[in-house]
Amino acid sequence: MKPAPFQYHRARDVAGAVRLLAELGDEAKAIAGGQSLVGMMNFRLARPHHLVDIGGLRELDRMHRDADGALRIGALTTHHTVESDPAGTLAQGFEVLRRAMAWIGHLPIRTRGTVGGSMAHADATAEWCLLAVLLDAEFVVRGPLGERTIAAGDFFLGYYTTALAPDELLVEIVFPRTAPHAALTEFAERRGDFAIVAAAVDLDVVDGAVRGGRVALGGVAAAAIRVPEAEAVLTGGGSFDACASAAAAAADPPGDASCGPLYRKELVRTLVRRACEEAMSR
Amino acid sequence: MTDDTFTTPREPQLIALNVNGEQHEVITEARRTLVDVLRHELRLTGTHVGCEHGICGACTVLVDDRPVRACLMFAAQAEGARIRTVESLADGSRLSDLQRAFSEHHALQCGFCTPGFLMLAEGFLAERPEATKEEIREVVAANMCRCTGYQTIVEAIDACATARRRACAQACHSKEN
Repeated sequence: MKPAPFQYHRARDVAGAVRLLAELGDEAKAIAGGQSLVGMMNFRLARPHHLVDIGGLRELDRMHRDADGALRIGALTTHHTVESDPAGTLAQGFEVLRRAMAWIGHLPIRTRGTVGGSMAHADATAEWCLLAVLLDAEFVVRGPLGERTIAAGDFFLGYYTTALAPDELLVEIVFPRTAPHAALTEFAERRGDFAIVAAAVDLDVVDGAVRGGRVALGGVAAAAIRVPEAEAVLTGGGSFDACASAAAAAADPPGDASCGPLYRKELVRTLVRRACEEAMSR
Repeated sequence: MTDDTFTTPREPQLIALNVNGEQHEVITEARRTLVDVLRHELRLTGTHVGCEHGICGACTVLVDDRPVRACLMFAAQAEGARIRTVESLADGSRLSDLQRAFSEHHALQCGFCTPGFLMLAEGFLAERPEATKEEIREVVAANMCRCTGYQTIVEAIDACATARRRACAQACHSKEN
């Protein structure tokens, strides 16, 4: 199919994009890489009357580390840039992001798709959303009233729904602390498909022993979630198996045409254990 | 329904595209995807259209040297970029080394997916000339082929990469002498 007609606007800078979004109102959408939006428009699942193209805003295509080690990723950084990490920005603490990119679609999707676009699209199984929830990312957004920062826990509100206002633009994602012992893994029917379930863990390892950690799941709720029950097992010195079982017991996943809730719970158990083992091996 | 009351003006717009080294100007609607403009406006019908939602890869072209889905990009978004299609590979009637490798290894049968696979491999090998067979196998999973079973496609791309590396090594070696 072909998209419904729309008017195309090219933003010259962030302020201009925000001004356009505010002027055009609810009927406008920002487009970055378009790897989700264009497909939805081709099938007329989305019919925005205006597209504001932010793809040319080069100032949002950058990755760098703060003096305190925090990682700042511009919203227009592509998955492929993260995957290839040309300047070695992710070394010493953020290799988990580079490795996780292999799960996102395929190479020709990763060359166009952006970190900010994926976050703003907020698919319940998206790798970036899962990583943001796992690592307590912060979202820097700019609107007509200026800039504000939203914590990952407050950013994802449900299926394809975020705290972004229609006239706000996500400009930067901040990962405040390093995660040297972290891993993401998932299961999909075919390589490159959307995950049925995705799991990610970030372990606190001191002198070779696990002292605690964070466990996050995608595909089991309307947005990526943390699993405090599984994290408590890690804090209490429990095994990875026990942690995985706690995650499976706590998860209350939906069923759909491809698989039921019990199957998803079994996937949670398997994937959390695998993610723990991979994270520990780093 | 706002969709029924809203009438978007269908004014065509001027889009300048650099395709296979040539500058083109087309006047078309903003909703035209890159693959539709390549095929319908520029008559470059080597790039095929399959699923139109980024699954099959038949429409893969290079944008600034990187393989992308031309169905998941509006032509207007490609202004200012260098676009390469399958038509850029051959020199007149002389096929490129990659195309010859596909032919020699029987990496195609019906041929519908072939332009997409060629451009995927062209972009991938340019970035990773040292690619292993496993990496090639991983990358070609991006595109769908319903004839070959992929084995021959992997072998063709691997053979092309190996030959290019050998040629490069010889050239570098003779330069040093």
